[in-house]
Amino acid sequence: MNGQGDINRRVELKKDKKRTQRREFLCNTSKALAGLGVAAGTGSLLANSPEKKADKAAMAAKAASFPTKDYDWTKHRWAYGIDTTKCIGCLRCVKACKVENNVVGDANHFRTWVERYVYLEGEDHAHVDSHADSQNIAAAGPGAEYRFDNRYKDEKVNRAFFVPKMCNHCERPACVQVCPVGATFRAEDGTVLIDHDYCIGCRYCVQACPYGARFFIEEEGVSDKCTWCYHRITKGLNPACVEVCPTGTRVFGDLNDPESPVSKLIKDNRVQVLKPESGNAPMCFYVGLDKDVS
Amino acid sequence: MTEVATFTGYVYPNETIIPWGVLIVIYPYLTGLVAGAFTVSSFYHVFGMQQFKPVARLALLTSLSVMLFVPMPLLIHLGHPERSYLSMITPHLTSAFAMFGFFAAFYTILLMLECWFVFRPGNVERARNSSGLKRTFYRAITLWSDDLSPRARLIDSKWLLTLAIIGIPSAHGLHGYIGFVYGSLKARHWWESDLMPIIFLFSAIVSGIALVMVLYVLTSRIRRTAIDHSCLKGLMMALWGFLMFTVVLEGLEFANIVYKGKEGVDMIIAYVQGPLFWRYFILQFGIGALVPVFLMGIMVAINLKGRAFVIGSTISSLLVLMNVLFMRWNVVIGGQEISKTGKGLLTYPMPLFGHESIVSASIVLIAPFILLAILLKLFPPWVEQSGDT
Repeated sequence: MNGQGDINRRVELKKDKKRTQRREFLCNTSKALAGLGVAAGTGSLLANSPEKKADKAAMAAKAASFPTKDYDWTKHRWAYGIDTTKCIGCLRCVKACKVENNVVGDANHFRTWVERYVYLEGEDHAHVDSHADSQNIAAAGPGAEYRFDNRYKDEKVNRAFFVPKMCNHCERPACVQVCPVGATFRAEDGTVLIDHDYCIGCRYCVQACPYGARFFIEEEGVSDKCTWCYHRITKGLNPACVEVCPTGTRVFGDLNDPESPVSKLIKDNRVQVLKPESGNAPMCFYVGLDKDVS
Repeated sequence: MTEVATFTGYVYPNETIIPWGVLIVIYPYLTGLVAGAFTVSSFYHVFGMQQFKPVARLALLTSLSVMLFVPMPLLIHLGHPERSYLSMITPHLTSAFAMFGFFAAFYTILLMLECWFVFRPGNVERARNSSGLKRTFYRAITLWSDDLSPRARLIDSKWLLTLAIIGIPSAHGLHGYIGFVYGSLKARHWWESDLMPIIFLFSAIVSGIALVMVLYVLTSRIRRTAIDHSCLKGLMMALWGFLMFTVVLEGLEFANIVYKGKEGVDMIIAYVQGPLFWRYFILQFGIGALVPVFLMGIMVAINLKGRAFVIGSTISSLLVLMNVLFMRWNVVIGGQEISKTGKGLLTYPMPLFGHESIVSASIVLIAPFILLAILLKLFPPWVEQSGDT
């Protein structure tokens, strides 16, 4: 994949940073011990080690454009918009995401999914399902693309709509808060990412996400989720799901740019976020949410 | 092969793989036993309650044996156990779990130190009364310190008191902290509660007391020695008191969830009335808590003694041990069976074999007691064994 190199480079830089943090943590700890008279001198030796100086110099050199020379994450503030009134439930986004990001190909691991809300005549609450529902999987048939079945064809439907879901790349992400090793982090540009080489696979983040956006890859022993196709957006491209959306339901862009699709969506509509009471401050902005959407 | 959870209603697609399985039920259960057993040992070692002397050292060894296995379920559970050390090298301090490694390591060292001081005089004597390899072993265990002079014994007892005083808040802090790991998780209604750490703590104390009671009766039977009535009665009274408090706390927490009736409460009510009914109301609250509370109450009221008292106490203890195991299950698994959508319920599929299964959980649960049996052989904690503090 073209963008994989970028991601790898970025993860490498993140690792550099982490190595520095680790060293700093050890230095601080040893300094504290030295202060207690347990290991006098050790701290200062470590603190001034040539390796650390070289590390700092390297970080400073890269800081001109971080994390790569072609992409400076301090210059962007990414956000995502979803206009549910436009979604037709075609599920191209789900398919594109699975292919683009090599997501486990079953009905239990999704970086993005689409929910269907159907209010039948005379009912107060919506019937909700997603394409991962066994009935819908059966309707799609073996090896077929995802689809919604036609289960309401004999019912009187009052109103119905689709709601695409994904990681909300929250401003105060609970998943990042709970990670015991800091393997998942919020980048300067607002994307919440996971360093798969650092994740210990405790699944605390999976628990903490109120949106069910995270999952565990059993084969790799790590957590995973949507990255807004980081390998694409850092090259000026749209996330795959936005790229394939035929109705313009999904938009993406830079909040620093008032002309970006997401900035316009926010400017032209009254937007909502999912579960605002969670305090996570999501960065996926919705148009046309309904009372039963959670 | 990961088991996929079946569900009713609507759940997020990713929720169909339950992230924390049976090993994460065993993990707080073991931690609780550690804290509770340590509490029993402290009755004598800190508070100087002489009636608990017969079980004080047994409780301490129990605490150590279980503590050494506390990290085991976590390590088996991790996707990358070989990276677990990262949580101690680069702890992410905003995580409620970042400090576990430090706390657990600190507490394990503290327990080992306390055991070393408690069993030092006995080990010195055992070294003196043996020869060859056995003698070398006990001498090594005492770190070649064979001074049993009154002055040395005084230093021992000062160290012991200090360690035990640090140990009580540490043991309880460790377990309250585990409760916080769940209680602070706002994404799950079933967990998100300020009472959770306190409930975890008190259920830990009752489970530890119950375990020591069962072990005391069992080892006395095996050794064909008389059971100290005063000691067993003291333990039962402590169990009775703490259990009543725990039941009230658990009841209050449930009442809070229902009474506040926040969004998603309908699903919680449907859950406790349906799939959770037996596990929660019947096994945890009814048979596991109310039955022993009444049973112990009756035993106290009629001042039961002798064999009937021993049987009654043992049954109560076993029921309490079951109660706490169900409490852990109902919290850990229960929380994940209620969908974050507030519109669906999942059923945790527990496999018989595999990474996180009935077999692996049973091994982790039994392993500390095999270690305890070995430790009891090597360092007999019984009162009639002379020497130890």
